[in-house]
Amino acid sequence: MSFKSNLRILGALLHKELMLMKRNPIIPKIIFIMPIGVMLLLPLVATMDVRNVNITVVDNDRSQLSRRLVADMDATAELKVTDIVGTHSEAVRNVENGDADVILTIPPHWSRDLSQLYVEANGVNATKGTLGAQYVSASLMTTLGKWQTAHGISMTVPAVTVKNSYNPTLNFRNFMIPALLIILLIIICGFLPALNLVSEKESGTIEAMNVTPVGRFTFVLSKLIPFWVAAIFVITVGMLTGWLVYDLWPEGSVWDIYVASILFSLVMSGLGVAIANRSATMLQAIFVMFAFIMIFQLMGGLFTPISSMPQWAQIVTYAVPPRYFNEIIRAIYLKGASMSDLWTQYVCLAGIAVLISLFAAWSYKKRA
Amino acid sequence: MTTPAIEINGLTKRYGSLTALDDISLSVNTGEMFGLIGPDGAGKSSLYRILATLMAPDSGSASVLGLDTVKDYRALRLRIGYMPERFSLYPDMTVMENLHFFASLFGVKIEDNYDLIAPFFGQLEKFPDRMAGKLSGGMKQKLALSCALIHRPDILLLDEPTTGVDAVSRSEFWDMLATLRQKEITILVSTSYMDEATRCGRIAMMDRGHILRVGTPDALAAGLGENLYNAVSADMFGLLSALRKLPEVSDCYTFGATLHVVGSDRFDSAEAERRLRREGIADARIYPAKGNIEDLFIKLAGNE
Repeated sequence: MSFKSNLRILGALLHKELMLMKRNPIIPKIIFIMPIGVMLLLPLVATMDVRNVNITVVDNDRSQLSRRLVADMDATAELKVTDIVGTHSEAVRNVENGDADVILTIPPHWSRDLSQLYVEANGVNATKGTLGAQYVSASLMTTLGKWQTAHGISMTVPAVTVKNSYNPTLNFRNFMIPALLIILLIIICGFLPALNLVSEKESGTIEAMNVTPVGRFTFVLSKLIPFWVAAIFVITVGMLTGWLVYDLWPEGSVWDIYVASILFSLVMSGLGVAIANRSATMLQAIFVMFAFIMIFQLMGGLFTPISSMPQWAQIVTYAVPPRYFNEIIRAIYLKGASMSDLWTQYVCLAGIAVLISLFAAWSYKKRA
Repeated sequence: MTTPAIEINGLTKRYGSLTALDDISLSVNTGEMFGLIGPDGAGKSSLYRILATLMAPDSGSASVLGLDTVKDYRALRLRIGYMPERFSLYPDMTVMENLHFFASLFGVKIEDNYDLIAPFFGQLEKFPDRMAGKLSGGMKQKLALSCALIHRPDILLLDEPTTGVDAVSRSEFWDMLATLRQKEITILVSTSYMDEATRCGRIAMMDRGHILRVGTPDALAAGLGENLYNAVSADMFGLLSALRKLPEVSDCYTFGATLHVVGSDRFDSAEAERRLRREGIADARIYPAKGNIEDLFIKLAGNE
């Protein structure tokens, strides 16, 4: 068949896809409302910034200085002194009841000899415990420093300075927004075309389609093109929302982000088609897709750093496509990296896109 | 003599341990209305899927319009109209949108081939903007037939087009097919309703992957060659079991409101009535019946 007639058929198929998409009660909402909703809501709630750390103080010193330490601590944004008790066992009971995350113990006569202070953290919620303990020691240092200056004492207080490169305020949103963009692409380019393909199988329309001169490749292409366009749209909306609402704009080139997004869209749509080819019903496709999405989210370095995974898992992540996309997006967004800095990631992503698309095309042929 | 429209040689298709088509051979002439008659599971749909180039056979070959269904499938798809058993149009598109869509896939204009679909599409034109999914069963069939015909195919493959359609629409549908025959389109139609067999020029009776008989409906019914009788009584169930016990009765089965009795050579209806009266069925009446395709089917399927 000629190229021209294939193009005509593709045009007819795309016209049909757009018509059905518009009439679908859910798809347009997913494409238009979900990206904005996700970008507005999730960075606010999905945060690992620790707030409201509850502190129980065991003040055995009861001096002017110890009271000042406690008051300063309570005045910080993150810390809250909920109880001041006389004995350590009472403080532990507070931890057991969930009323305290950190215990600060001030020994007797501490303001005179300035000996050890004890900070204990509840490790059940590891993030809150460790960060809370850090906040407490930082607060103590600040107060002590001020007090010494005021009293003209120059004693060496170990100065603690922590600097967070690329994300100076350690704002968790800057970390979350690129990850959310990735998840949006996974859903739009992986989930939706796969479900669309399987729905034609379920409704039996694919039977009538297969007896027409519509080529399989043309047919699949007509399913993917609308979602590729949607992916570009979603990325644009996501970046704009990030900029308007959170004042986060890529440090690097926006075009580099688009190139990576297109490559990643190809990977996800290829995977979606491969899954659709092997599923007879939408339910099957959804469950298989879910399995992949779980692995992609947890092993792609989206929320937890790959470098802190066990060695074998780190090796596995080389086969997880979001890993590369994640590295690219974060590096461009936060470090201002360019395509030449990230060429290995781009090449890996492109390689996976080609492989997975070939596999999808091959598995489609086998089924018919 | 032109080449046959469909030529099937030793066609076999298996799904795992199930043999759907077992070494089938069949020939359908150009311009013929040919019926495939058989119950569910006879292998009709499998045969259709092979002829419509959707599936390759395990062995044997099939050619449609002189084109091999496996090798020449691309060329063939331009020339066949296939209507699957399941409604396979887009339910969320309107009547006209579906028709336009299929026309544009084949690169034809609706106006050019409108004469072909006019006899039945005329009724659909009253509501061009109705969603295809919201049409009644009979209307859906008409639309599906229109879409299968819009590219003016040389052969029409209809897989159980009347299943799930009410009796009036069924009869109408067969009338529409009759008008298509005048346009010199070969039609292969399947049905599990035996009474529809008489609407076909020739039929093939299929059961469990085999073709049992091929011929015109009249010739097949005439060739029944049996003593066939109707039997009625107020106690139909008692009658059935009593008749089945008689040695001269080779088969007895319910047939509509009566029983059909297949007698052996020694069967005598008057004698049988007397025997039944002795058994306590006083009102039994037995009288000769005219056999049809269903009787033949039951006989052939029973001999398997």
